[in-house]
Parts: sequence; C-alpha cells; structure tokens
Amino acid sequence: MNSPVTVHLPLGTAKVAARSLSVHYGEKHALQSVDLEIRAGEVTALIGPSGCGKSTFLRCINRMNDMVDGARVSGSLTLDGSDIYDRSLDVVQLRARVGMVFQKPNPFPKSIYDNIAYGPRIHGLARNQDELDEIVMTSLERAGLLAEVKDRLTESGTGLSGGQQQRLCIARAIAVGPEVILMDEPCSALDPIATAKVEELIDDLRDNYTIVIVTHSMQQAARVSQRTAFFHLGKLIEVGDTEQIFTNPQQPLTQGYITGRFG
Amino acid sequence: MEEQVHTVKSYDGELGHLTGIIARMGGMAEAQFASSLHALARRDEALAQRVIEGDARIDELDKEVQSFAVRLLALRQPMAVDLRQIVGALNISGEIERVGDYAANLAKRSLVLHHVGVSVPVAGVVRLGDLVRGLLKDVLDAYLEKDVAKALGVWSRDEEVDAMYNGVMQDLITLMTEDSGTITAATHLLFIAKNIERIGDHATNIAEALHYQILGTSPAGSRPKGNTVGGPE
Repeated sequence: MNSPVTVHLPLGTAKVAARSLSVHYGEKHALQSVDLEIRAGEVTALIGPSGCGKSTFLRCINRMNDMVDGARVSGSLTLDGSDIYDRSLDVVQLRARVGMVFQKPNPFPKSIYDNIAYGPRIHGLARNQDELDEIVMTSLERAGLLAEVKDRLTESGTGLSGGQQQRLCIARAIAVGPEVILMDEPCSALDPIATAKVEELIDDLRDNYTIVIVTHSMQQAARVSQRTAFFHLGKLIEVGDTEQIFTNPQQPLTQGYITGRFG
Repeated sequence: MEEQVHTVKSYDGELGHLTGIIARMGGMAEAQFASSLHALARRDEALAQRVIEGDARIDELDKEVQSFAVRLLALRQPMAVDLRQIVGALNISGEIERVGDYAANLAKRSLVLHHVGVSVPVAGVVRLGDLVRGLLKDVLDAYLEKDVAKALGVWSRDEEVDAMYNGVMQDLITLMTEDSGTITAATHLLFIAKNIERIGDHATNIAEALHYQILGTSPAGSRPKGNTVGGPE
C-alpha cells in the first residue's frame, strides 16, 4: 500500500500516552488528570456512562477538541513519544496519522471511489492514477467492502446500506495510512449483522493499526478489545486486560457499572 | 457494591431465585446423605428405599438450575460478579447432583449389604460418613453466607477425609484377608466408603467453585492430598 511510513512498535509498547491529562470545557472539568497508555497493535475499549470523559479522551488524541469553544487541555499526551499538543505540530498531518470513525456513518456525497481517494489526493499520497487506484482498492479490501462494491465504484457512497457506509468510512480512514484509528461508537447506528461485520473488521485491523474504541455496549467492548479502560465523572477508574475487567474488576465502581448496578 | 441492587430490579429477583434453588438442592442432598448413613448404621431398609426414590427430586432441581442459568446468560448477558455467580450456580448444582447420586448409591449398597447375610462392622465407615457430612454442611453454609474462609476450611480438610478413608480401606482389607467369608460384604462396604470419599471431593469442588464465584480466583496452591492411592480427581 502506498502510504506514509508506518512506525511499527513492538506489541504492547505505548503508542499513545497520557500523563495527568485534563480537559476543561469552560468551567466544566471534563477529564481529570488521566494517566493512560494505549498500547500498539491492540484494541483499547473506553467504557463508562454518558458524560464520563471517554469521548473527550478519544477526541484529545487527534485534537478534535480544538474545535470546541472554551476547551482547554493540560497535562501531556504523546504519540510515539512526541507531544500531540506541540504548537508546531501540523494538525492535518496528525489527523492523517490518527484516523477517526464516527457514530453515524458520514460518507461524502461523492462516488464510492472518490470517498476513498479524497484523503490520498489532498495528502499527495499517489503519484499517478494507477497508484491512486491501488490505494482505493487496498483500502476497500482491508475494510472488507471490496467484494460488495467493486462493480459500482462510481455510484454514490450515500446509496450504500448503513453498515456498508460505516465500512466505507473505515476504508476512507485507512486510505491515508493512519497508525491509530479512533472509533466513537462505530456500531450504535448499525443492525446486528452490520455490527458483527464491523467487529470482525476491527479484529482484522488490529494487526496493522492501534485502535481505540468508545462503546456503550459492554458486550462489544468485551468482544473486540484486549484492554479496557473504565471512566467515571471525568476520571479514569480502572484499566486492565479486558478479560479481567469483565470477569473480575478490582474497583467497586467498575463492578457496579458493568453489572448494571449503577446509581 | 455486591449488595447494591441492579437498575433492572427483576434481575436481582432472578439471581436470588437461582441461589434459592441451589439452597434447596443442598438441603436435600445433605438430608439424603444423612439418611443413607442412618439406613446403613441401623439396617433400615425402608429409609434406604426412600433415599433411592428421593434422588429424582435433586436431579429435577439440577435441571431447573441448568435451564434457568442458561436463560439468565442469554437474557442478561451477565458480567463480573453476576457472571461468576451464574457460572458458579451451574458448577455447584452439578456437584450437588453428584452428591445426591452417591447418597442413592450408598443406600442401594446398604440394602445389598443387608441381604448378603454376613455381618461386617460398619462403624468406621459411618464415622467417615459423619466427617464428610460435616464438610458438606459447612460448604453449603459457606455458599449461603458467601463465606470464603469457611469454604477454604472445607477445601483444606479434605486431607482428613482421605486419611480416614485409607484407614477404613486398610481395616476392610485386613478383614477380608483374615476371613474370606466376608469378601462380598466387605467389598460392598469398600464401595460405600469410596462413595463417601467421593462426596468429600465434591464438597471441596464446591468450595473451589465458591472461592472463584466470590473472589474471581481459584484457591492458591494445590489442595493437600492425603490419599496416595486415590482415583482420578
């Protein structure tokens, strides 16, 4: 695949590291001094009730919070050891390295082909049409969508089913050669079959990408992730191997949340 | 936190129902085992018969636990302590069901023993039975009280059972060696002793399952074993 050089770290080393990371939205202290390492080559699930800070944490990693008025970030957050909030850092480049998939599939009102080709074009990743074709095909293949759309690449991306649209968005994120993929409730608008396909895709993708997923479905977190972090009221309460978190959590708050005994 | 109720309150009722069935099963298995020992000690054929017939009720409750637990797994998709409680119920119910089977088998053999017509001393076997009854009672109490320390006590006392079982076996072998006329009766008694020893093993299995249910871990280290000629675990 024609993409920027991907930094391959040994499995389990910290790809993204937060140290005393805090976020304020105006007066609201949305994230309170979080220390958390996201390991390379793993899927990390962020769970917790609404307003717990999990999405805020996710949006720090590709600086989506920059767009929120009154948002202030303090502490440190690094990608491969480099400060994500360094003033000299090019946010566009950061977002090519850290891709994002949203709750609602949001394909561009363009052809399936152009949805994927858009990013590589603006980042100048292909020298000619053949290379661009190659990126589009590889991305669709990796997103498990190629077989379903290969004969209709010129049709609009918005004409696909919801599940196909979400996989198109994943293909679009992959096309610019990211190292990290952030997923914010990627299946909450999908039916169970489409959800299963995306979950299977996540499992395939983790060989090549570090994935962070926010989900309200505890079963989904248990199925797709290797590490799980539980947030509550802006604080990281517990992080551990997913199996341990779901069978034998150490914190009473975690236990209360995942067993449905909350408040 | 365990005492805190679920947001879906009927879930608490369902978990309570599951524990309730296990409690009933445990009580019945204890009674069946005690009765089978009485029937052996007092040569009470009618009581032995009642034990044999009574086993079907424990089996029914075991099936009820299995199907109710499967239903809970499917409907509630339990996590953490709830998951461990339901998996624990499945395991413990199976163990209690086996205790019931051994008690019924003991009762059957006590009838056969009675009909053999040769008298062999049963006091040693009954003493072994009383020791194991104590373990079974303690582990079932530990289940209801969610008492890990009590469960661990049962787990480590299985050694005493093995030692006493070995003594009983030696006595019976000596008896058979000295008087070949006792071989039929003593062999039945030997099987009875083995059944009792197995009930002790099931009590320790329950203790282990309970330890996992409450703490999420197996008891540390291997269980002390006093039986060097024991069969498979």
